[in-house]
Amino acid sequence: MILSVASGKGGTGKTLVATSLALSLEGQMPVQLLDCDVEEPNAHILLRPAIDSSEPVTVPVPVVDKETCTYCGLCSEVCAYNAIAVAGRTVLVFRELCHGCGACSYVCPAGAISEVGREVGTIESGHAGGICFAAGRLNVGEAMAGPVIRAVKRLADSKATVILDAPPGTSCPVVETIRGSDFCLLVTEPTPFGLSDLTIAVEVAREINVPCGVVINRDGAGHDGVERYCAQEGIPVLMRIPFDRRIAEAYCRGETLAACMPSWQEAFRELFDRVRGLAAVGSAS
Amino acid sequence: MKEILVLSGKGGTGKTTVLASFAALPENAVLCDCDVDAPNLHLLLEPVIRETHEFYGLQVAHIDSEECNECGLCVDACRFEAIRGFQIDPLACEGCGLCARVCPLEDISMRDTLVGHWYVSNTKYGPLVHARLRAAQENSGKLVMAVRKRARELAQETGAAFILSDGPPGIGCPAISSLSGASEALIVSEPSLSGIHDLERVLGLCRNFSVRPLVCINKYDLSDENSRRIEDHCGDVGVEVVGRIPFDPDVNSAIVQGRPVVETSDGAASREIRALWEAIATCPVP
Repeated sequence: MILSVASGKGGTGKTLVATSLALSLEGQMPVQLLDCDVEEPNAHILLRPAIDSSEPVTVPVPVVDKETCTYCGLCSEVCAYNAIAVAGRTVLVFRELCHGCGACSYVCPAGAISEVGREVGTIESGHAGGICFAAGRLNVGEAMAGPVIRAVKRLADSKATVILDAPPGTSCPVVETIRGSDFCLLVTEPTPFGLSDLTIAVEVAREINVPCGVVINRDGAGHDGVERYCAQEGIPVLMRIPFDRRIAEAYCRGETLAACMPSWQEAFRELFDRVRGLAAVGSAS
Repeated sequence: MKEILVLSGKGGTGKTTVLASFAALPENAVLCDCDVDAPNLHLLLEPVIRETHEFYGLQVAHIDSEECNECGLCVDACRFEAIRGFQIDPLACEGCGLCARVCPLEDISMRDTLVGHWYVSNTKYGPLVHARLRAAQENSGKLVMAVRKRARELAQETGAAFILSDGPPGIGCPAISSLSGASEALIVSEPSLSGIHDLERVLGLCRNFSVRPLVCINKYDLSDENSRRIEDHCGDVGVEVVGRIPFDPDVNSAIVQGRPVVETSDGAASREIRALWEAIATCPVP
């Protein structure tokens, strides 16, 4: 099963929950953790995996052969991203704007456009104890996270419990991550910020038909708006992690909840059992 | 006019807390929320919307299934895995239009999609330009550009001394759109190992786009050791650490009340944010 951990708002504890869950399930079943927060991947800081391979992620970009190009400008006309322009007898390719769709090379009547791979990020993979680990890492300065997220997700092992650590927000990188998941855990905090972003994240999950449940982190440090919203919307609150400065300090040192307070492991295993039940109901309906 | 953007790399480090407090301090600022997919600044500023604009993103393909003979050319051509069962997944479609070109029956059309709205609002601290991307949509970078453009126009019209922008987390498309052309980026960091890792990447982004970064460490007393590491790193790369905000429960209370912390508290965090604003407002533009 594929379980994604998302939030809407950043810094609510997605990575803390994803890594703690992975550590709590380790030894009980095959577990894989894929870090899909490719702009700011952090799961490796908490799991400290041994990385044994690093592969580039590339996006195809056009290369124009000056000998055969007739400078007709059709490539520039069809490009939806303004990534290729013809000015007189020069063709300019703005590689950072190119999505690699291939429309320019398809339409070129002279057959002057070929494609080369441009590196936009890397995938690092390895193991943390019994946990199979991989993380995507977008190169600094690159805008498009999508191709790197798709590359990490291709490593998902159908025989394992796959935990996806999602990026914050509610737009394309989040959709790219949680699309196709059997369940999505939304980690939030009991503040107006947490609530506002949670409502948008729930809309995203519903839009792409992924059943979801909520984990409230820093419980007790805010108001009851999140609880009331979840009750009203019929979204199960599956775990409450209390507000505790010791947890925040341990996180600062790069320690997961499962490691610094091992009694939480049982709670994470129970959480997983409930998720599995809810995902089965979700796929049946 | 100075355009100050608050960024962080890692989410949840306190960008909006800091920026909303800044908003409450000078007389003549235009405010701007560049986090268009999970905006929060409006929750602290009580905006009253005075302009609403529609925002259209890239077009999305649509198959007219009555004509479609399922030849599969579009499926093979699409590089975004957006055509499944001869239906377009509008959330995966990146609007390149290649499928419409390869379809021998010319049975695929490209349609405009409304992906969000942007607003100009009145607040007691000055005008606020903000937006809301519809859930699960793309093109947040372009929406950020629309928001920033309007904020600049307003600043020119009103002779504002500052544009204060709350940025998105991450270092991808919306962060790049927020950053390019800003006078200064204040990076709100936190003393966790993740915070340090993400700070290094966001500093790299500032270098790439030639915007001078300044750093403040939020909740610095959660780990004095990691705060020192941040200061050492900033020292090594020639970035100034301009503020150290202590962990203070008043910050969370202010968020729950929906107000900037400098207005609800005279505590340690509030005092440090005021000092931080003085340092940034008076620091000459590079």
